[in-house]
Amino acid sequence: MSLRRFFSRQPGNDSQAHDEIEQAVLDEGIAVDPLMKTLGDDYYLAGQWTLMWRKFKRHRIARVSILVLGAFYFIAIFANFFSVQGLRSYDSRFTNAPPTRIRIIHHEDGLRLPFVYGLTFERDPETMRRRYVADESVAYRVRLFTRGEPYRFWGLFETDIRFYGVDDPGRIFLLGTDSMGRDLFSRMVHGARISLSIGMVGVIISLVVGTIMGAISGYFGGTVDTIIQRIIEVLRSFPEIPLWMGLSAALPPNMPIVQTYFLITIILSFIGWTGLARVVRGKFISMREEDYIMAAKVSGASDARVIRKHMIPGFMSYLLVEVTLAVPRMILAETSLSFLGLGLRSPATSWGVLLQEAQSIQAISLYPWLLVPVIPVIVTVLAFNFAGDGLRDAADPYHEG
Amino acid sequence: MLQFMVKRILMMIPIVLLISIIVFWIIQLPPGDYVTTYAASLRAMGEDVDAAEMARMREAMGLSQPFHIQYWNWITAIVLRGDFGFSFEWGSRVTVVIASRLPATLALSFTTLLFTYLVAIPIGIYSATHQYSLGDYVATFFGFMGVATPNFLLALVLLYVAFNYFGVNLSGLFSREFIDAPWSLARVWDMMKHLPIPIFVIGTAGTAGMIRVMRSQMLDEIRKQYVVTARSKGVEERRLTFKYPVRAALNPIVSTIGWALTGIFSGSTITAIVLNLQTQGPVTYRALRNQDMYLAGGFLLILSVLTVIGTLVSDILLAWLDPRIRYERKGS
Repeated sequence: MSLRRFFSRQPGNDSQAHDEIEQAVLDEGIAVDPLMKTLGDDYYLAGQWTLMWRKFKRHRIARVSILVLGAFYFIAIFANFFSVQGLRSYDSRFTNAPPTRIRIIHHEDGLRLPFVYGLTFERDPETMRRRYVADESVAYRVRLFTRGEPYRFWGLFETDIRFYGVDDPGRIFLLGTDSMGRDLFSRMVHGARISLSIGMVGVIISLVVGTIMGAISGYFGGTVDTIIQRIIEVLRSFPEIPLWMGLSAALPPNMPIVQTYFLITIILSFIGWTGLARVVRGKFISMREEDYIMAAKVSGASDARVIRKHMIPGFMSYLLVEVTLAVPRMILAETSLSFLGLGLRSPATSWGVLLQEAQSIQAISLYPWLLVPVIPVIVTVLAFNFAGDGLRDAADPYHEG
Repeated sequence: MLQFMVKRILMMIPIVLLISIIVFWIIQLPPGDYVTTYAASLRAMGEDVDAAEMARMREAMGLSQPFHIQYWNWITAIVLRGDFGFSFEWGSRVTVVIASRLPATLALSFTTLLFTYLVAIPIGIYSATHQYSLGDYVATFFGFMGVATPNFLLALVLLYVAFNYFGVNLSGLFSREFIDAPWSLARVWDMMKHLPIPIFVIGTAGTAGMIRVMRSQMLDEIRKQYVVTARSKGVEERRLTFKYPVRAALNPIVSTIGWALTGIFSGSTITAIVLNLQTQGPVTYRALRNQDMYLAGGFLLILSVLTVIGTLVSDILLAWLDPRIRYERKGS
């Protein structure tokens, strides 16, 4: 069996494979690497992505991060199911209520399944502010997959099944409420949709523009390269945050949410693509000299085909790393802009919009739970960074792991 | 080397020009202009503004002219007379406003940079020489946390903790009596007392990033043969570390000083708004929101030029420390 025939086979771990490769090696007169026997055939026959995946799986923190991100995106996709309130719902009887305590010990019955007490408030005689107290005369069981406020599931059908809730008239505010009596946890779950997707959309725009520009720049070189490099240099000379502030200050405040959302992503990609373009260009320049590219050209492949079939697969893994590390930067940027009131505005809800309420020291000292949206921001950014780190190690063929 | 420097400096000119055009385009972007904002605020107070009055104001401010003429007037005044125009909101020259905010901005940025280096370099060295020790894990953990936590959120949390548990209000860069006072020794001393918190808040992200760079650089260096050679010759470990690998590992860190500084410029903007610091951040922010275009443009332009200069300094330092870059550029 010749080498060519052997390698065109589907890689498998059958016992025959080993004999075959030895035979093939003998046929072609190549010395057998002793390592080859110890590592096993499937290692040598595995594709680039399989190898990467194997290395990645060994990076424990990165694996956990991927799971966390998966859970976050899952919750964001089914936001209505995981929240107790819709985006526009509010309950003016319970404004600025603190997080509801879930209890398992009832003051009379002792140990019980998780439940919450009723919620009433009294006026503080000095400050006239509301003070919420637990009404121990009533207890509501915390139920999973229970009926709650009706909503349309992805706009497809009407349902009222929610992940958790308590029976009416009980209320459960896992993280308290804001000044309009909106449940903060529900808002955070809804906000995850915008916060988590804006990074993705922004990165996709940057990726498309960056790859095209970087590829053109690196493949053709010469004047085109110089022009694109100068453009990148000019854009990178801007201090990022003041530039973003300047551009988003130009967004009219009364614009529809969807339009604002897309304009924000475009603003964030305004500089974002330059970084990706640089990576792509660098890779192109180093690959241009490789023998296999030369071979493809000599065989008469067109420029587009060389780029598509031979070059892009060659640096896909590096691009994946760059993208993974670019997403958290965009998420942070959106959070900052919205926090300043320059990005998305209420009724659009993102984690940055939620943090707007926590802007004044008075607000956070009275209602510290308003700071909670900080946590998903940090967790998401950390997870993306760890995942990116794991990918980088996995993508590096020289990194033992 | 001189030739390389001259070439790099000459290249700056068209870049700065292009930047100035983009800056002017950005400050012109918002629909309406300062007169619209001003009229809206007058109307909100119950005063009536008619269209003729608004047109007269526009004429007086030069806002009715086409883009290129306005740009030309703006840029020539800056280049020839150092005149950045008039701040409608502050009712004074933009240069006066900038002069009142720039010293504090620069002082804060430089001290933050110093803090970053002083903290990050020793920790990075320790982390690398004690790889996989408890200290290394702690440093790595804080490094990641620092990168993941946006500065302004850290500022918020610190404000909360200080206010709630210690009863102090941390915001501001000066005590009340010094906010509008002219610069004096007493004012500088007052600022020094207020600096630690903003430095800490703004410096964390940069420090975290730098710890990781320093650590990986050191790890690369201490595995090299010259270190092994020195060790086998019996050089004492401490002396060995500081004499050779540390110096080599410092190269990329020192040479990126320009980028680090501009990162701080950019990053401190939002923190300054949250902490209400008397630096450029809050002024730029207000100017952008209220369409005080010449003030916003002045700050954007100065920040961008500082960024360009920072990059230039880094490029020159890199070329100076690493001759390969110099020759490569010359060759291409």
